[in-house]
Amino acid sequence: MATTPAPAQDRSSVRTLLRLWPYVRPVRARLFTAAFVAILASCIGLVIPLVLKWLVDGPVADRDPAGVWLGALYLLLLGFAEALLFGLRRWLVARPLSHVEASMRAALYRHLQRLPVAFHDRWASGQLLSRGTTDLMLLRQFLAFPLTFLLVNGVTMVVGVVIMLLQDWTLGLVVLGPAVPVMVTCVIFEKRYAKVARLAQDQVGDLTTVVEESVLGIRVIKGFGRHRSQARAFRELSGTLRGTELRKARLLATIWGVIVTLPEVAIGAALVVGVVQVADGGLSAGTLVAFLSTALALRWPVESIGFLLAMSQEAATATERYFEVMDEEVEGAAPVPSARPTGIRDKGLRFHDVTFRYPDAPPGSRPVLDAVGLHIRPGESMALVGATGSGKTTLTALVPRLYELTSGRITLDGTDITTLSRQALRAKVAVAFEEPTLFSAAVGDNVLMGAGDTAGTADLECALSVAQADFVYALPQGTDTQVGEQGLSLSGGQRQRLALARAVVGRPEFLVLDDPLSALDVHTEAAVEAALRHVLADTTALIVAHRPSTVLLADRVALLSGGRITAVGTHHELLRTNAEYAHLMSGEQSGEQEGAR
Amino acid sequence: MTAATPTPADEKPEDRPAAAGDPFDQDVLPTPQGATAALLRSLLAPMQARVSVTTLLLLLQQAVVQAGPLLVAYAIDSAVPAFRAGDRGPLIAVGVGYLACALAAGGLQFAFVAAAARVSQDVLLDLRGRIFRHAQALSVDFHERYTSGRLISRSTTDVESLRELLDEGLQELVTVILSFVYISVMLLWLDLGLGGVAVASLVPLYALVRLYQRRAGRVYRARSTAIAAVIVKFVETMNGIRPVRAFRREAVNDADFGALNQRHERTNGDALLEMARYVTGSRLVANTAVAAIVLWGAYRVADGTLALGVLAAAVLYLRRLYDPIDRLGMFLNSYQSAAASLEKIAGLLAQTPSVPEPSAPRQLPPLEGELPGREVVFDGVRFGYRTGGEVLPRFDLTIPAGQTVAVVGSTGAGKSTLAKLLARFYDPSDGRVLLDGVDLRDLAVPELRRGVVMVTQEAFLFSGTVAENIAIGRPDAGRAEIERAAKEIGAHDFISALPDGYDTDVRRRGGRISAGQRQLVAFARALLADPAVLILDEATSSLDIPGERAVQRAMATVLKGRTAVVIAHRLSTVEIADRVLVMEQGKIVEDGEPAELVAGTGRFADLHRAWRDSLA
Repeated sequence: MATTPAPAQDRSSVRTLLRLWPYVRPVRARLFTAAFVAILASCIGLVIPLVLKWLVDGPVADRDPAGVWLGALYLLLLGFAEALLFGLRRWLVARPLSHVEASMRAALYRHLQRLPVAFHDRWASGQLLSRGTTDLMLLRQFLAFPLTFLLVNGVTMVVGVVIMLLQDWTLGLVVLGPAVPVMVTCVIFEKRYAKVARLAQDQVGDLTTVVEESVLGIRVIKGFGRHRSQARAFRELSGTLRGTELRKARLLATIWGVIVTLPEVAIGAALVVGVVQVADGGLSAGTLVAFLSTALALRWPVESIGFLLAMSQEAATATERYFEVMDEEVEGAAPVPSARPTGIRDKGLRFHDVTFRYPDAPPGSRPVLDAVGLHIRPGESMALVGATGSGKTTLTALVPRLYELTSGRITLDGTDITTLSRQALRAKVAVAFEEPTLFSAAVGDNVLMGAGDTAGTADLECALSVAQADFVYALPQGTDTQVGEQGLSLSGGQRQRLALARAVVGRPEFLVLDDPLSALDVHTEAAVEAALRHVLADTTALIVAHRPSTVLLADRVALLSGGRITAVGTHHELLRTNAEYAHLMSGEQSGEQEGAR
Repeated sequence: MTAATPTPADEKPEDRPAAAGDPFDQDVLPTPQGATAALLRSLLAPMQARVSVTTLLLLLQQAVVQAGPLLVAYAIDSAVPAFRAGDRGPLIAVGVGYLACALAAGGLQFAFVAAAARVSQDVLLDLRGRIFRHAQALSVDFHERYTSGRLISRSTTDVESLRELLDEGLQELVTVILSFVYISVMLLWLDLGLGGVAVASLVPLYALVRLYQRRAGRVYRARSTAIAAVIVKFVETMNGIRPVRAFRREAVNDADFGALNQRHERTNGDALLEMARYVTGSRLVANTAVAAIVLWGAYRVADGTLALGVLAAAVLYLRRLYDPIDRLGMFLNSYQSAAASLEKIAGLLAQTPSVPEPSAPRQLPPLEGELPGREVVFDGVRFGYRTGGEVLPRFDLTIPAGQTVAVVGSTGAGKSTLAKLLARFYDPSDGRVLLDGVDLRDLAVPELRRGVVMVTQEAFLFSGTVAENIAIGRPDAGRAEIERAAKEIGAHDFISALPDGYDTDVRRRGGRISAGQRQLVAFARALLADPAVLILDEATSSLDIPGERAVQRAMATVLKGRTAVVIAHRLSTVEIADRVLVMEQGKIVEDGEPAELVAGTGRFADLHRAWRDSLA
């Protein structure tokens, strides 16, 4: 389940978290105001004990009713202020923080849609999803809580310490004693926690992948009655996650223990010293009460540092994971102005010395496509034939630039495809994939997404009739019927016909069809072929074919073998002259090319 | 303060109107009354002892922590005068007592956090497993309606909400209740009057909590639905990234996703605002109470009816009485969020499999003779999909053991339905499907899959190696058996040519393995499973002709003695069949030996001619 690349480098958590700034920037005013309000509210919380002290030492001791009333009034006012400021802080950040989370998620989605297909080949979508959900929620929580409260509690502690020092500097120093050991513990803790937190988040991603696959592959699992072994695999993985989480918890428990014990010991010491001073008359009882009250009020800010740091650490690893994806380069949107002239003036679709190796393949390995040269004349349709696994699908994916060539060039009417913007290129070239994917939308919309915005019902009807997809009209809501994951599930043959309709609906200049008729029965296939011939008459097309019937749609055939085009000609020519081709088309003579790859 | 949007977000008009009212479409499966609470109870029940120990640890910890102010009061009221009188005893007692408390507080805190994490992780492990197992047990029909994204959401974000409740919430709740009880008792013990007022102030606080619960519950339910919708869209896009790119869907998708994402943003903001209201309200009540109590206490000290030390201690306790109200808010927050998620999970768990496992499973009779095949009988079977229309209107068919039957016919003739009923992906609405005289519904899954295995056109590969993918057919198979299966089907050559041979990781859903090769892997799987009845549903559609031939040659030996149902458009497959069925609108219109039918004048003869012609 090694789907996660190793963490890039060791950045400090703070530097990692600073990368969030561009997303936080738009809401900075509110966030800073909120932090300021929080500090103010906390300071009021610290002032309240002072008022209590004044009340006990002054009016109460002096039996001064007016003073008591005044003191109570102050308390009430401060209490109101504190409550309203706390509310104000939350109100200030509620919408902005949800907005930060949402905008980061939208940015991630945007970015992922534009990353090279090779990236998606490499990354399990469960890992991507866990970045888009759990990690972003962690970040929102971080912005809402630890970020503000590390600041607020820091300030509260400083102010509290100053107040205590002013009240009685010896007692203050006693209470300050454990600061250094606590800080050292925190630093050690932070380092260890970071590692475990990262591990846990990656394991969540792996678990998400297993869940996703178990749902997408449900038919296989059911077909083989394997849901128990799937459940076992899932249990193992979630058991591992549990182990990691428990390690995290032990670390957290340790820091809690230290952070609770040390300050408490210090307060105890201060109490003893204070009692001695009060007994000596060097300190008033009221001051001691106020002092201890302040010290106790600081207990929560100090204790909270443990889990605030833990949350910050998790946020830092979440940020790291988020930017691992965001740092990947998207396909350049702008066309690369070609410095070198193509030198190719001809029309049609030309593959010129096309060599391709998957970007993640080991550098020395044999390329999938090795110096492929092929010219499809304008208006011509060319069938592409080759043994299973010979690279036919890979070749078709290069035309709409789903992958970048390792070397060589592909030209459309003499224009190098790398000089076109991807949008323009993909508008010119329509593709029907061997796996017909329908999206959660109406049938009609699924087909029309192959055309420009101007396409209407007439185009839709035309495309459906070419693909012999009349069954659409018999669906519950006709062309408005929802299909795809969130709609009606259609059979393989039905989906294939819709994918074909989608490819032809925009009347593209160039058409790439990957085994477009494999799931159709003989009669439907014949009808589609007849209709498709009209479309192909004036379209430049490349059609991956496994069978003679599909090959016959095309004017000529190219044979792909060993990563090269080894023969081009008409079906009948090749059938006569090329043994490998004859073998592929009839399967009868057992040639030596079996499994050519 | 502005009111939250009154309509739950999951009833917003942007949801597809065509499907209004379908609980599947709106992601609101019915949750039986009390199912959510029952689920939580059943999750916690096995942990009872450990929950008690954990609670005890926390109780002790709190007791120790709360002893602090008591020691302060004692120090001021007794230790100071004693010290003045030259008696150091009480002071030493205070010092030692405080030190002991500090150490105990830290140690207990450690023990508690560790113990609580164990409980929480075990509950989560249990819940994750339950969702997973239940989802796997639910029928294909359910999965087609529920969507993978929602299932993923249930087992990720929804479980995560419960985790927050368990990790922080439960601790908060126990701490909050304990400190309320403990501090109230302390206040009452210090002074009945002051304590009474403090306890009375809890009444309005309780009312606030109830109000918050009601309002937040609604918001969180909407939020859970909203994030599930986001996940569904996300998963769909990432799984269909090639067509997304090729058809330039990026901008449209951005907009669609943006709308879903914004709905989540809105509900998320609503939830945070509810929390803001609660915090403000409760703080107001608490701070007013503090002021009132102090005023009254001060008067009584002035009267001389209250000792100064008692007032000092009471004031210290008072501040701490209300400290937990923020934490109570945090608990309520996690609770509401978890309750909404648990409700969704309970709704999922309440779905009963439409293809249930038998309560009293039967065994298949022992095989007669050497051959592995079994007899298949469709006995008066009717079937219709939920979208309406009867696909099979009363269907009778007997396939003797060991026979290979090819089923042909146009799309929608019911061929795949036949296969799915035989594989028990669905149960017939009427009638029975029998395997050697045993109703499929009476067979437990392992027994059923020793009987029937189906290979479909969509050959899904799981992450892992090629060998692991083949081994799905029989997990206990050794490498030699896996390789033999691959060799028999003609997949060995391409697998050996992969970078790491059988140990090559197929990565994301077999992205680098072509459709044809995937079908070969799926075949190898089926061979390894070694079933009595093998169903092939368009299982060779992406193979080239030599590949298909190789499979057929392999089938000729592999199928020997087995019962097989082969669905194919490629009539070449028919050549290995003993018998051909032609289906039309859910009925068998022709039935006979291939040669006999080809020679005849029926539909199959037509089809066969057309196919011969297509071979040119």
